[in-house]
Amino acid sequence: MIAELGHFALILALLLALLQSSVPLIGAARRNYAWMTLGRSTAVAQFVLVAAAFAALIHAYVTSDFSVQNVFENSHSDKPLLYKITGVWGNHEGSMMLWVFILSLFGAAVAWFGDNLPPALSARVLAVQGMIGTGFLGFILLTSDPFHRLVPAPLDGRGLNPVLQDPGLAFHPPFLYLGYVGFSVAFSFAVAALIEGRVDAAWARWVRPWTLAAWCALTIGIAMGSWWAYYTLGWGGWWFWDPVENASFMPWLVGTALLHSAIVVEKRDALKSWTILLAILTFSLSLVGTFLVRSGVLTSVHAFAVDPRRGLYILLLLLVAIGGSLSLYAWRAPALKAGGLFAPISREGALVLNNLLLTVAAAAIFWGTLYPLFSDQLGGPKLTVGAPFFDIVFRWLLAPLLVAVAVGPLLAWKRGDLLAALQRLWAALAAAVVVGLVGLYIAGGGPILAVLTLALAGWMALGALSEWAERVRLFRASLAESGRRARHLPRAQYGMTLAHLGLAVTLAGIAASAWQDERIEIMNPGDDVPIAGYTLHLNSVDKVQGPNFTAERADVTVRKGDSVVAEMHPEKRFFPLQQMSTGVTAIKTNLLADLYLALGDSDGKGGWTVRAWWKPLVPWIWIGAVMMALGGVVSLSDRRLRLGVAARARVPRGARAAE
Amino acid sequence: MRRALYLLPVLLVAALFVFFRMALRADYDPHAVPSPLIDQPMPAFDLAGTDKRLSGDTLKGEVALVNFFASWCVPCRVEHPLLMRLAEEQHVPIYGIALKDKPQDTERYVAQMGNPYRRIGLDENGHVGIDFGITGVPETFVIDKSGHIRRHYGAPLTAEELRNDLEPLLRELARS
Amino acid sequence: MRALLLLLLLLVAATVQAVEPRERLADPALEARARALSKELRCLVCQNESIDESNADLAHDIRVLLRERIKAGDSDDEVRRFLVSRYGDFVLLKPPFEPATYALWFGPPLVLAVAGLAIALRLRRARTEPDAPPLSDTERQRLARLLEEEG
Repeated sequence: MIAELGHFALILALLLALLQSSVPLIGAARRNYAWMTLGRSTAVAQFVLVAAAFAALIHAYVTSDFSVQNVFENSHSDKPLLYKITGVWGNHEGSMMLWVFILSLFGAAVAWFGDNLPPALSARVLAVQGMIGTGFLGFILLTSDPFHRLVPAPLDGRGLNPVLQDPGLAFHPPFLYLGYVGFSVAFSFAVAALIEGRVDAAWARWVRPWTLAAWCALTIGIAMGSWWAYYTLGWGGWWFWDPVENASFMPWLVGTALLHSAIVVEKRDALKSWTILLAILTFSLSLVGTFLVRSGVLTSVHAFAVDPRRGLYILLLLLVAIGGSLSLYAWRAPALKAGGLFAPISREGALVLNNLLLTVAAAAIFWGTLYPLFSDQLGGPKLTVGAPFFDIVFRWLLAPLLVAVAVGPLLAWKRGDLLAALQRLWAALAAAVVVGLVGLYIAGGGPILAVLTLALAGWMALGALSEWAERVRLFRASLAESGRRARHLPRAQYGMTLAHLGLAVTLAGIAASAWQDERIEIMNPGDDVPIAGYTLHLNSVDKVQGPNFTAERADVTVRKGDSVVAEMHPEKRFFPLQQMSTGVTAIKTNLLADLYLALGDSDGKGGWTVRAWWKPLVPWIWIGAVMMALGGVVSLSDRRLRLGVAARARVPRGARAAE
Repeated sequence: MRRALYLLPVLLVAALFVFFRMALRADYDPHAVPSPLIDQPMPAFDLAGTDKRLSGDTLKGEVALVNFFASWCVPCRVEHPLLMRLAEEQHVPIYGIALKDKPQDTERYVAQMGNPYRRIGLDENGHVGIDFGITGVPETFVIDKSGHIRRHYGAPLTAEELRNDLEPLLRELARS
Repeated sequence: MRALLLLLLLLVAATVQAVEPRERLADPALEARARALSKELRCLVCQNESIDESNADLAHDIRVLLRERIKAGDSDDEVRRFLVSRYGDFVLLKPPFEPATYALWFGPPLVLAVAGLAIALRLRRARTEPDAPPLSDTERQRLARLLEEEG
């Protein structure tokens, strides 16, 4: 009954979405206030309905209602409750429900928090959101109905892939989708602006919080996915340039460019058409990612079940959404009034460089990911474009950008003094040299690329701090004066410093992976293996019973010198339902390095293959990502973003230009 | 000129759409690994057998099938009746190569299921399989009279494939 | 059926393993070469993994074969060519630099160059173009009158 109600709710939501796509748009053109504000009511109502449908699906999983086909295919009565719930989005149909749930949530949020938006803009934005909703609700109802019933109902389900039964699964997709789908708001704003024919600083001000929120979520989503792969897959890798990973990374890169580009529109009324294009491209890349995962045109560890029919529908959706918005762009963007001029060496110039490099990097990843498809379809050889290609190309594109990250914020708007900026970065340069030398010494001359990357991280970190020091006149004015300035710096300023610092931290973590220590040995109980100054002692390997698995559990004592540092328990689990084994790694971290253990096969004679790694600075990869997201959150909390137009009218232009 | 630049994104998307549409056709398989050995001479091999040795020379001068299989391979059992039928009806010699299998297990397998093979070679370390570029079992190769590989089936044979592809090919090769 | 086999192998490959201790060569220099090569070769029965990471039987077999060839004195290139002659370019994770892949490798630098050039030209042109068309005489007189009125 509940499943049928859920299904019905979806149908109603689709009807509302159709209404929302049309009426407010016409209302905005005809200046009919009632029709314009209808968008806000339908957005909220749509959210309520989709939330109800989502709740209905979760209910079916929690109560293990196997008459619902989706539950039968992906759940089992023995599964722990947490995974019954998170399993809802571990499959195609359920994850699409999560998608539209978040889409409707953002639509409702724009309706709730959009009081300061002019009615016409609000109407158009919600109309575009409505169109996207129509597309996806239609997709679900026509091809991916999660409420399909099985008659007669089976006694039990097929269970969830053991690799996915993990706390990380609970958070990775929701954050990822908050990011992907969140960018739909920026997209809607961009299309609305094109329809209106106007992009100005106010528009950029309104778009920024939504873009920031989506960007923060996507940052966390990608970082979680990477961390989850790291501790689940058992060989310590954390990024594989898998097509679906790339599909999440491209929107992030272009979204970062969008964030920075919107600043220029806001502060200098320039780069308008580029920012609009970036807003359209970011969400377009999210849509392309959705297509790649669910259509089966690419091989990937992540890909959901292959179904060309679904692929065709999404492709049509893509064509309408992306083709339509870009056609609108081609038609209307040339008419956008060009904004302020600036010299190549200036903050705007640095941000243009930022845009360029990030966008080209995303394009390069796109090219490499899809090249095998292009080559094959054009009758060329069947190729693999793997990690080595992406590593090389991405590194070379990003290195100049990372150097510039320290310099850009120190340049003035309109016309900057490069020499003066570089002079202020003497501390950053010194830090880079010191870090490089220290790295060289510790690593014993290690790979030069890794040392340079570490030095680059030092440059970026001290660069961010130098910029802050510059703003508070640290050591140049009295401490009290510096303190006062520091307290009055806008939060967005701190957000930027924190985010750039986070980037430096992540970079350092990535560089240090060149110096990891690895041991792969067959150990019998009682054996010792030395690694990175520690000694691993295998006490025993015992059989353990879990709720839906049996496991071999190793008991390893880790010593440094004579003192015991940790007891670690890597496992190998066997799930009888799926006839599948997975490993559970044991990781001991002190936030500066990880000791990583994985249990392999038995050799049948009482010995076990044990793989151990000592990975210096690897936690920094994710700590840095969290810092970046936190920087975004801090920026979001900046009062100025919420005051919007009203505040702007009160403050004279001249005073603001000094920022 | 400026106007044209604005059109670039849409045009690129249109091109992309075309590629994606082509890729969605039912006959496109991104997993399929095409063999570079087609029309090349069969890789040289010389294996001990369950009965007599099996080498490239054994096949010389006649059209033959080389079928990689194993006793531990479930899809091989599904394919097996087709091989038996082929051996009886088509009078084409089928040579089997047992991959990564213990000789006793291989012998038990053919004793149990029936033996469509004229001769069986034992590739216990899998090196000959790699020489032929296989990625699993069962896989079947069609070798012509001059010892060149003419077809590679990277999956278990199906009755349809037999009818529509293999049998016509065998007839054609027999004529040349 | 093949899909099922692949799926089975994939699921197995999603577990812990990779290089086995017993596969390793005694000579650390040769073993290092073997590991580096393994990281560049695709596991053909997995979805986007190298044979160094993969648990699949075929990956194991190729790892062993690779080490045999290195021990026999083959160079890195020869080992690659050995595998490519049997499996095609598909087995290389790093696409080769050949006519079929010129577009792949030249693509990103080309896009960077073209985009960079376009931006540079746009900026240059924007700076030399006047902000607004200069006022005509009648417009200038009108402006003067308006300013006087402001007073």
